[in-house]
Amino acid sequence: MTRPAGARASHRRPVAARLRGARGLVGWLFVAPALAFYAVFVLRPIALTFQYSLYEWDGIGPSTWVGLANFGKVFTDPDLYDSLINAVKLIVFFSAIPVLLGLAIAATIRRIAESRLALVARTVLFLPQVIPLVAAGIAWSWLLASTGVINQLLSLVGLGGITRAWLGDFSTALPAVGMIGAWVLLGLCTLLLLAGMSKIDPALYEAARLDGAGPWREFVSITVPSLRQEIAVCVTVTVIAALASFDIIYISTQGGPGNTTMVPGLQIYYLAFSEREVGMASALALVLMVLVIACALPIQWFTKEGER
Amino acid sequence: MITSGRESWTGRLLLIAMMAITLLPFLSLFVTALHPSGSYPAGLAWPADPQWGNFLAAFRAANMGELLKSSVLIVLGVVPISIVLATMAGFAIGHLRVIGGRVIFLLFVLGLTLPFEGIITPLYYQIRDMGLLNTRWAIILPLIGLFMPFSVFWMRAHFVNMPGELSESARMDGANVWQLFRRIHVPLAMPAISSLGILLFLWTWNQFLLAIVLVDDPTKRTMSGALGAFQGQWGTDIPLLCAGSLLILTPTLVIFLIFQRHFVKALLQGSLKG
Repeated sequence: MTRPAGARASHRRPVAARLRGARGLVGWLFVAPALAFYAVFVLRPIALTFQYSLYEWDGIGPSTWVGLANFGKVFTDPDLYDSLINAVKLIVFFSAIPVLLGLAIAATIRRIAESRLALVARTVLFLPQVIPLVAAGIAWSWLLASTGVINQLLSLVGLGGITRAWLGDFSTALPAVGMIGAWVLLGLCTLLLLAGMSKIDPALYEAARLDGAGPWREFVSITVPSLRQEIAVCVTVTVIAALASFDIIYISTQGGPGNTTMVPGLQIYYLAFSEREVGMASALALVLMVLVIACALPIQWFTKEGER
Repeated sequence: MITSGRESWTGRLLLIAMMAITLLPFLSLFVTALHPSGSYPAGLAWPADPQWGNFLAAFRAANMGELLKSSVLIVLGVVPISIVLATMAGFAIGHLRVIGGRVIFLLFVLGLTLPFEGIITPLYYQIRDMGLLNTRWAIILPLIGLFMPFSVFWMRAHFVNMPGELSESARMDGANVWQLFRRIHVPLAMPAISSLGILLFLWTWNQFLLAIVLVDDPTKRTMSGALGAFQGQWGTDIPLLCAGSLLILTPTLVIFLIFQRHFVKALLQGSLKG
């Protein structure tokens, strides 16, 4: 595709003139349909969420202007506020565990990259990523039930004393739901980090080995710093998954017991479609959207900085 | 590479343990599904008399044939339209560099991380006013819009890297913009388009929230959405519920195993770009 610079310049002018139409009206005809779908089914609903959030409305009768009162309730009503706190707590499980464990597993797979085991592990670990979250929720609800496999295994290794209905216990429900999320997201993180590792120059590792670095030193000094971008992507994707979690919780606990696993996504659903508090649902929805953007942007910026 | 025996041994152990944890839920579903319908089996015990008929019973009880048809119809509605519109928009923004394209692109980027719960409430009233509640269009049309930020982002990333000379020479030969797009750029974009198709298929197939909010009739939902209703109805019959869950996750699993390499590549690129 390389051509002498002169030839390029002499071609460019007349074509550029002809392309001018394409950059204007004709080009817009290409963008318009996509933009129309986006405007009708995303932008308009976002604007309506703003509008609804300022009213008290049961979805049927007349609505009453309440200003920012709904937002006040989001941050003071314990039910709503706690759902936000729960979502933040879930980040530990949905994000920290898959990223840290993913790093360890990816480093291991890299070491034995050619072996059959590594190939099989890549496929198997990725399975949870492709099945519906609903199915994951059902499978784990059963595993974590009082007569489920988890309790059976615990009894087997002599920990019968701590067995319980994990999803029904006030103190363990949130971590249990978190573990389901970790299970789903681990494969994606592992493969993302592995893809990043394959781009690291092997000479770096050989040099480190010659200098007498052990596997831990190698991991901390070479692998992790080289993976800044991939780690940032993993953190972004998993943090958003935690904040916007819905499917797993809807299926496994419905937000219970009590409100211990209530998350904003589920709360919005209940408020809007069971309790008919459309205004409150919208205020919470806006807070959730802002929270997600607030978490996604800095991580993206950090990534872009790393590229420079 | 120099690796000590002990290192690779512990590494292998870690991998095997993680694989076991990954497979455990599938195994548990499978074993439980083989117990007599209506029983409450304990843990991972192979049943004395495996009830293979449970799969057939669950298939019938959940009206699985209809569900499969419904999911396919929804996918056929969402994926091709999304691909065509996003490819056109990506081409105009990334390659033609349409005037004002940067602003439009930023507008799309804004929607990249949007949680669907954020707009589900107004979407419900909007779909109701359009008279589309309880039809498959209630899932298809919003999903096209909701996937559009990512789809445009994805296709633009492809077109930005296409050399301008390619279009210039086609234009010299007298091609108009549509011919340029259709004959030159779409064929060249096929790898990007097929990756996008895989991602959109998976996300549509697994869509739950839109299905349960906008469509009451489970046989007009996606399979995952129908599973929610199935759980409500059969939640107490654990073996049947497990058999149903397995049936519902099988299609994506099979397609994943067939197109494994494309899937992994598409999903990894997808998250890197998103």
